[in-house]
Amino acid sequence: MSLSRRNFLRNSRNFLVGTLAFSNGAIALLAPSRAWSMPLNHLTSAEGETILKVTRHIFPHDTLEDAVYAFVVKDLDKAASDDAVHNLLTEGVKDLNQRAGGDWSSLSASEQFRYVEEIAGAPFFEAIRSTAVVSLYNNELAFAHFGYEGAAGDGGYLNAGFDDLDWLPAPSPADSGVKPG
Amino acid sequence: MSLTENQKTFSHDDDNVVVVIGSGAGGGTLANGLAQQGINTVVLEAGALHTTADFLADEWASFGQLAWLDPRTTSGSFRLAKDFAGLPAWIVKAVGGTTIHWAGASLRLQPHEFKALTNYGAVKGANLLDWPISYDELTPYYANAEDRMGVTRTNDIGGLPGNNNFKVMHAGAQKLDYNCNTGHMAINSQPRDGRLACQQRGFCFQGCRFGAKWSTLYTELPEGIATGHMELRPESHVARIEHNEEGRITAVIYFDKDGKEQRQKARVVAVAGNSIETPRLLLNSASSTFPDGLANSSGQVGRNYMRHMTGSVYATFEEPVHMYRGTTMAGIIQDEAHHDPDRGFVGGYELETLSLGLPFMAAFLNPGAWGREFTHAMDQYDHMAGMWLVGEDMPRETNRITLNTDARDLFGMPVANVHYDDHDNDIAMREHAFERGEAIYNAAGAVETIRTPPYPSTHNLGTCRMSASAQDGVCNGIGQTHDIPNLFISDGSQFTTSAAENPTLTIVALALRQAEKMGQMIKQGAV
Repeated sequence: MSLSRRNFLRNSRNFLVGTLAFSNGAIALLAPSRAWSMPLNHLTSAEGETILKVTRHIFPHDTLEDAVYAFVVKDLDKAASDDAVHNLLTEGVKDLNQRAGGDWSSLSASEQFRYVEEIAGAPFFEAIRSTAVVSLYNNELAFAHFGYEGAAGDGGYLNAGFDDLDWLPAPSPADSGVKPG
Repeated sequence: MSLTENQKTFSHDDDNVVVVIGSGAGGGTLANGLAQQGINTVVLEAGALHTTADFLADEWASFGQLAWLDPRTTSGSFRLAKDFAGLPAWIVKAVGGTTIHWAGASLRLQPHEFKALTNYGAVKGANLLDWPISYDELTPYYANAEDRMGVTRTNDIGGLPGNNNFKVMHAGAQKLDYNCNTGHMAINSQPRDGRLACQQRGFCFQGCRFGAKWSTLYTELPEGIATGHMELRPESHVARIEHNEEGRITAVIYFDKDGKEQRQKARVVAVAGNSIETPRLLLNSASSTFPDGLANSSGQVGRNYMRHMTGSVYATFEEPVHMYRGTTMAGIIQDEAHHDPDRGFVGGYELETLSLGLPFMAAFLNPGAWGREFTHAMDQYDHMAGMWLVGEDMPRETNRITLNTDARDLFGMPVANVHYDDHDNDIAMREHAFERGEAIYNAAGAVETIRTPPYPSTHNLGTCRMSASAQDGVCNGIGQTHDIPNLFISDGSQFTTSAAENPTLTIVALALRQAEKMGQMIKQGAV
């Protein structure tokens, strides 16, 4: 891609946009509004949307918001400041569309998945998978969704539920210990 | 005030100092032990100095802050070579070394494990050997180490209170008649020795912000500095060790924080860079006198690399667990740690609670995996309990650290290649341990159980092993190299065999003993 087109993209401010699907989910409680958007600096909106959908096929969590998957696209978009990565991603999207006979995104979910399976292990797939396995699970929204408290635990759970499990018999004091006095 | 701010300093030309390379469990303990005897000691630590206030409650950010990320390569059939080809070990590059990251489990080796060859017999494809020292010889040093480190369930120190993850393991253990308690942990259950009690923060691997878990960073190192006989030099990356015509060590060459080459003269050098860097340094110090590297007349430097048989079992339950709350590891079953060849393998293993945060669970659950099976497990994260399996692995001559001259570090030195093939004994033990771990969780009512492959190694052992005979190993029973009297090995590289137990307590006990013996030798003018 020529530099001028890259600059054009940068200046035209591409975005990923969406609306939270689950208004009563853990993420909705954290979000200021149901609508969300994420700017892209190197990928087009169409490329970003395709990569988001591919990520959903690689790591399918049915009730996890697109807003969380968007973190993966954000990190890939950042990595795409490197021309080689940019090329890998844009060519990967093109290849997927070609395999699908023009527009992979317009296929049904099961048809889409068939083409994702076909490219499993390829550099484009691996770039998304290896980024997603970090980015998808390393943000506050994911923590809220999966029930992990992250940095909120920094002060310690001694008086905040470290031993609040009550559906199994309590261990004897000899096997457990005593809380510091 | 910074740890190093008002410390005593020594001249680069002072050839009367002992130079200790590394400030972790071995190096930090040895250095303080020498300083307490009035012996001037310079500690060269490759990593930077952090305080407990710097530690992060963020797994990836902490990894970037603390882990040893200098390039390494891997080979061999072990799964890590595929999953984490550039990261064979999860160890720390910082003042305090891997005592910042360790979980705190402090188990003595069992007496029979010091005599592995005698008790197990020769095992095909393994290079088993008896240690040149016995359990009885190490007993007083174990006792001293437990007191210094504040190990729970020793010295009248109470056990840590069990967290949610412990409750699950304990319930399953009860059903199977296993003994299970919160273990021997070098984590304060009550305030002790000027350090706070554990606040059940759950970021033990990321550095204990409360200082409840023992680390040389805030125990041995400040104590040593306070004597006026020890200087700690952070960000001092040792590249090679020099010797004179008589084959005695004379100096250490290192790169300081500005990347400037420095030369520190030395009376004695003790190497404690963890079992990958220690042999790498000896190999990188090859000379015309020692063309195969220092202290390598046996050819054993870098060989017999052990990483413990490891694996994890996670299980999901109908009710929530929140395993990440509280001490990362504080629940131990030792009933499989004995030697019983009827199980189909020699040696034994421990089962220990372990939890990971969501980010590292994703990274380590099944590296390279994708799709519904993976996400189905992740979906149950807050209903998950976890345990780590750790047992004796076989020393093999072919499992070894070598120099990879095709890859260089920042200073142009060849990096370490880590080669490891699982022995059939390791595979049989892992299978047994997986099965027992699953049985424990099933007994507690698990919905599903998940077998997780080994993480990058934190227990790196044996690459400069102790031996009675100079042909069989690199150093003698006090860690002094067979070939060079004023060169010592002071970390887990000394281990003749891995034994089943987490190694830190033994590394500390060996360092306390070495400090005493080395001090006597120095005072007698023997080195």
